[in-house]
Amino acid sequence: MSDLTRSVGIVEAQIAEFDTPLHLASGAVLPAYQLCFETYGTLNAACSNAILICHALSGHHHVAGRYAADDKAAGWWDNMVGPGKPIDTNRFFVVGLNNLGGCHGSTGPSSINPATGQPWGSTFPVVTVPDWVRSQARLADRLGIERWAAVIGGSLGGMQALQWSIDYPDRVAHALVIASAPKLSAQNIAFNDVARQAILTDPDFHGGDFYAHNAIPRRGLRLARMLGHITYLSDDGMGEKFGRMLKSGDYQFGFEVEFEIESYLRYQGDKFSDYFDANTYLLMTKALDYFDPAKDLNDDIVAALRKATARFMVASFTSDWRFSPERSREIVKALVAADKEVVYGEIESVHGHDAFLMLDGPYVNLMRAYLNRVAEEVTA
Amino acid sequence: MSAINTLRADLQLIADWVAPSSRVLDLGCGDGALLSWLNRHKAVRGYGVDFDVNNVVRCVEAGVNAIQGNLETGLAEFEDQRFDHVVLSQTIQAMHNTEQILVEMLRVGREAIVTFPNFGYWENRWQILQGHMPVSETIPYEWYNTPNIHWCMLGDFEALCAKNGIRVLERVVMNEEKRIHFLPNLRGSLAFYRVARQPG
Repeated sequence: MSDLTRSVGIVEAQIAEFDTPLHLASGAVLPAYQLCFETYGTLNAACSNAILICHALSGHHHVAGRYAADDKAAGWWDNMVGPGKPIDTNRFFVVGLNNLGGCHGSTGPSSINPATGQPWGSTFPVVTVPDWVRSQARLADRLGIERWAAVIGGSLGGMQALQWSIDYPDRVAHALVIASAPKLSAQNIAFNDVARQAILTDPDFHGGDFYAHNAIPRRGLRLARMLGHITYLSDDGMGEKFGRMLKSGDYQFGFEVEFEIESYLRYQGDKFSDYFDANTYLLMTKALDYFDPAKDLNDDIVAALRKATARFMVASFTSDWRFSPERSREIVKALVAADKEVVYGEIESVHGHDAFLMLDGPYVNLMRAYLNRVAEEVTA
Repeated sequence: MSAINTLRADLQLIADWVAPSSRVLDLGCGDGALLSWLNRHKAVRGYGVDFDVNNVVRCVEAGVNAIQGNLETGLAEFEDQRFDHVVLSQTIQAMHNTEQILVEMLRVGREAIVTFPNFGYWENRWQILQGHMPVSETIPYEWYNTPNIHWCMLGDFEALCAKNGIRVLERVVMNEEKRIHFLPNLRGSLAFYRVARQPG
């Protein structure tokens, strides 16, 4: 598929400032904030071809393209978003943003709190998926988008797509919920808490106000990321890629890096701790833990989804054990019970949870076919 | 998008049994031809179910809502009595859990439409008399590569229905697109049943 190599080209991030206070689920109020976003493609005259891409735990607004021709890496979903790609920027106006609480340009714990002149740090309020969706709706207003042709996300991003369909039924034509879950299981929360504990107990964390100490809780972030990566890969995928391969050919009988998998995880952890904010990591995992659109409806997810008018595409991956196919089937079952239109694909893949970022053939075909349908409606 | 305006004859017979504006579940929906036709001509709503992701993709291309799933594990995604018609077209003979799917179909739906190649068709009997497993238009496999593991004739299927408190509302037996009324179990190659739960 040669057209998968095409790119949206050089892109630029933009900032939208909001000075209407945002009331959060926690009861806290964010008096003003900014959202960092990027757009690709052209909004049509009817403003009907807009697609919102919601990011997962460590994602951001830089979804596709490059900032400069010699950038080593493109945006995080560049393989799916671009001219001729399944999320086709020749047909759609695609919006990616950094969620509130993030560390890539939107207001978050590492931003300066105008009230104090200091980084928010530990005082930044906990944000939830519904809070994000509300802030995203304001961005949609700003961009003149009354109704999204589609809201798309994988993992935590899929939860936002689901929440959008519930909270703003009139503003979402299609919701694509990929490798996601209707709420976290005890095991999911447990993994998140180990990651949080790694950060919270790092002496460099300073209760979240490490900025003032010119410190970074690298060890905690590193461990959190290493743990995360284990849950993103499948046992088979990891075995296929690393097996028991040794770096130096034989056992060294010590605790330095010996197995390739150790090397990989440490590299990923180090890289991550260079650029990701520890407080943001805590917030993102909390948003995951708290996500539960049925909580205020006696745990009745069907009742929650009944409000939605969107049509849905749900997809899962066979080797994903972080958000397994069973979790996606819970969503499908609820959508069917709520009498919603839904397409469900369960993609054979060795890539584990990460598969939503990969290009397994049937996944690409399903995305392409579904988004063709969306595009045909937009131009009809 | 593929616009299917003429249906395969056997699917057309099923389509004729489906009430306008009803809710339909098509099990083993393949490329979605039946539902696509029903959507456009009878304004039905519903889902296809197929085991093969490539068929799910074909359904999406045909504008049909398909849910990837394994019929052998039942229809857990669907609540009781959600559908007016549940269709299982030329698939029951290839299933392990034959009895379970029949019961499940009438749990989630008011009526079931089941079609299968009639093993009692005379050409099949003739091939057996000649010392070979039947191979024909409706049974296009050799014994060693066939997915069909649970063959039955008209009476066998009707006995399974009776055993499960299921009554036959309508039966059509066909051969090469013609309805067979005289000696159907001998002269018919394809059987169509419309069944429902016994009242009470």
